[in-house]
Amino acid sequence: MRAPQVIDEALRALSTNRLRTSLTMLGVIIGVCAVVIMLAVGRGTQSMVNQTISSMGSNLLVVFPGSQTSGGVRFGAGAAQTLTVADASAIETVSGVLRVAPLVMRSFQLAYGNTNWSAMVTGVTPDYFPLRSWDADEGDTFSENDLRSYARVAVIGKTTSRQLFGEESPVGRTIRIRNLPFTVIGLLSVKGQSLDGRDQDDAVFIPLTTARQQLIRSTFPGSISMMLVQAKSAETMAEAESAVTDLLRLRHRIGPGQENDFTIRNLTAIAETAAIAAAAMALLLGAIAGVSLLVGGIGIMNIMLVSVTERTREIGIRMAIGARQRDIMRQFLIEAVVICLAGGFIGAMLAIFAAWAIATLTGLLVEISMLSIALAFGFSAAIGIFFGWYPAAQASRLKPVDALRVE
Amino acid sequence: MAAPLIRLVDIRKQYDSPGAPPVPVLHGISLDIAKGEFVCLMGQSGSGKSTLMNILGCLDTPTSGQYFLGGEPTAGISPERLATLRNKKLGFVFQGFNLLKRMSAADNVALPLMYAGVGRHDALSQARTQLQLMGLGALNDRLPNQLSGGQQQRVAIARALVMNPPVLLADEPTGNLDTATSNEIMSLITRLNHDQGITVVLVTHEPDIARFGKRLVRLKDGLIVFDGAVDEGLA
Repeated sequence: MRAPQVIDEALRALSTNRLRTSLTMLGVIIGVCAVVIMLAVGRGTQSMVNQTISSMGSNLLVVFPGSQTSGGVRFGAGAAQTLTVADASAIETVSGVLRVAPLVMRSFQLAYGNTNWSAMVTGVTPDYFPLRSWDADEGDTFSENDLRSYARVAVIGKTTSRQLFGEESPVGRTIRIRNLPFTVIGLLSVKGQSLDGRDQDDAVFIPLTTARQQLIRSTFPGSISMMLVQAKSAETMAEAESAVTDLLRLRHRIGPGQENDFTIRNLTAIAETAAIAAAAMALLLGAIAGVSLLVGGIGIMNIMLVSVTERTREIGIRMAIGARQRDIMRQFLIEAVVICLAGGFIGAMLAIFAAWAIATLTGLLVEISMLSIALAFGFSAAIGIFFGWYPAAQASRLKPVDALRVE
Repeated sequence: MAAPLIRLVDIRKQYDSPGAPPVPVLHGISLDIAKGEFVCLMGQSGSGKSTLMNILGCLDTPTSGQYFLGGEPTAGISPERLATLRNKKLGFVFQGFNLLKRMSAADNVALPLMYAGVGRHDALSQARTQLQLMGLGALNDRLPNQLSGGQQQRVAIARALVMNPPVLLADEPTGNLDTATSNEIMSLITRLNHDQGITVVLVTHEPDIARFGKRLVRLKDGLIVFDGAVDEGLA
C-alpha cells in the first residue's frame, strides 16, 4: 500500500475513537510542551548568567589588600591598607595585563535639592569604565584631565539617578556628597544585578584623586580599597595572576615562606562555577520534562496494544485480502507516529505560548530555540516509532486464520 | 491434461495447544480441482471442511502434505509470498461478509488493489466499475451498516473478484441470508463460474445451496467420504 493511503487510513482509524485518541495525544502534548518549556527556561537562565558574567567585564582579576593584626586582634581580609596607587601603576607594566583600575570606595549620603539617598561612592581612574565595558548613556565618563585636576565631577548609575532626579536627566546638575558639591557629567548605561545580587546601577563614580584627597582620607599614603586587573585574554589570565603576585610580593618585601598581604581572586573562575550551576539546572529541568514525555510514550504503547486486540478481526480480514505483515506493521506504526507528531505539534505550539506567558508574567528570560522545537518533534516521532513498534509487531505476527476467528 | 489449478496431496492438519493432547482434524486429504470447476464442500460440524477451506485459502498451513496452487507448491513459502497469493490468486467470501465497518463499499472493494500497490485514485475507479458489474453502482459511498445483508455480500464478492483471481472461495456465503437473497447470491456465483470461468469452491451444509454446484466433496471426520457429481451425492 502506498504511503498517502497508509496515512489516510491511520487518520480514519484514529478519528473513529476521538476521545481515546485525544487522551493518548494529551500525554504527548504535555510531554513535548514540558520539554520545550523546560529547555527554554534552562537556556534563559544560562544566558542570564552569561549576561551577568559579561557585565562584570571579561578576564578580570580582583586584588584585595590582606588582613592586619593589631594588638593581637586579627582583622579580616581587606582590612589592611597595603595596596597603593603605586602598586597599580607598577602592575600596568606586567606582561599579559591590559588595564589596571585602582579604586577606593565608601558609602556616603548624597543630596540633591531636598532629596537624599545613600549610595556607594567609588573613586576610580578613567580606565575603570572600558575595563568593565561600561559606557555613559548620557554625557560622558571622566578623563585623565579630571583625574589630574582633582575635579569634583561624578558619573552616576541609573538607580541612583532615579532616586535623586526621578525621570529627569542628571547631566549638568550638582549633587552634594558629604556636603561637597559634585557636577554630574555622565549617566551610565544599565548594568543590572551582579552575581551576588547587588544592584550595580546604584553607584556614584568620582575621580580617584578627588576621592582620596577630599572624601576617603587615609593615614596610609596612596592606599586604595582594591584594584581590578584585566588580562589581555582568557589564556593569559593565569600567567598574569602569577606575575602580579610576584610583583606585589617583591614590592611589599615579603620574604619566602611569608604569607601574602593581599588576595587575588579570579572572577572568571567564579563565573564558570555559576555557568556550570545554570547548565546543571537546565539539564535537570530537561530530564524531568523528558520523564513526562516518556510517560506519554508509554500511554501510546498501552493504547496501541488495546487497539490491536480490539481490531484483531480487522487485521484478519486485511490479511485475507492480501495485506502483508509489513502492511499491517506499517499501519499501526503510522497510527502511533501520527498521534505523536500531532501531539508534538500541539505541544510545541502550547510551549511557545506558555513561554511567552512565563516571560511576560515573571520577567524570567525564556528562550525558545528552533533547535529545541525540532528536537521535541524528532523526539516525539521517535517515541511513536519506539512505543508503537511492539504493538505493531504483535499485530503483524498474527496468523490470518487465528485473527479471523476472533469476534 | 494440464496440471490442475488446485492439487492437494495427503493434507493433514492437527491443532496443538500447550498442555493438551494434539487435536487431529484432517487425516490425509488428496484432492484435485481443475480450472472452471464449481465444487461444493459439505460435511457436518467438526468434519474439517472449514479447516480445509482455510488451507485452500492460504490462511492456514497444513501440518503435513502438499498443496499446489496453479502448479506452484505453497509449503514452506514465506508469509509475504502467502499474502501475495491471497491477494492475486484467491478471492474470499465469508459467511459474516467481513467488510471493514469504517469504510465505504467502494473503499472496501478498493482495498485489495491498494495492497497490490495500485494508487488510491485508480483503485477506487476500478472498485466502482466492479460494484457496477454487481449491480451496486448507486451504493458506492454507503457504509456496510447502511446496506442489506444481500448487498453486503455482493460488495464482499466484488472485493473478492476485483483482482481477477482464478479461484473464488466461499465459506457458507448464504449462511446469514434469507432464501430469496441466498438464491440471488448463488445465481451470481453460478454466473461468474459459467460466464467468466472462475473456479469456485463453496462450503455449505444446505443441500439446496449445494445444488447450484456441479461437483460435490463430502467430508466426514477429516476424510473425504464422497467425491462426485452433485446430483449423485445429494440423492
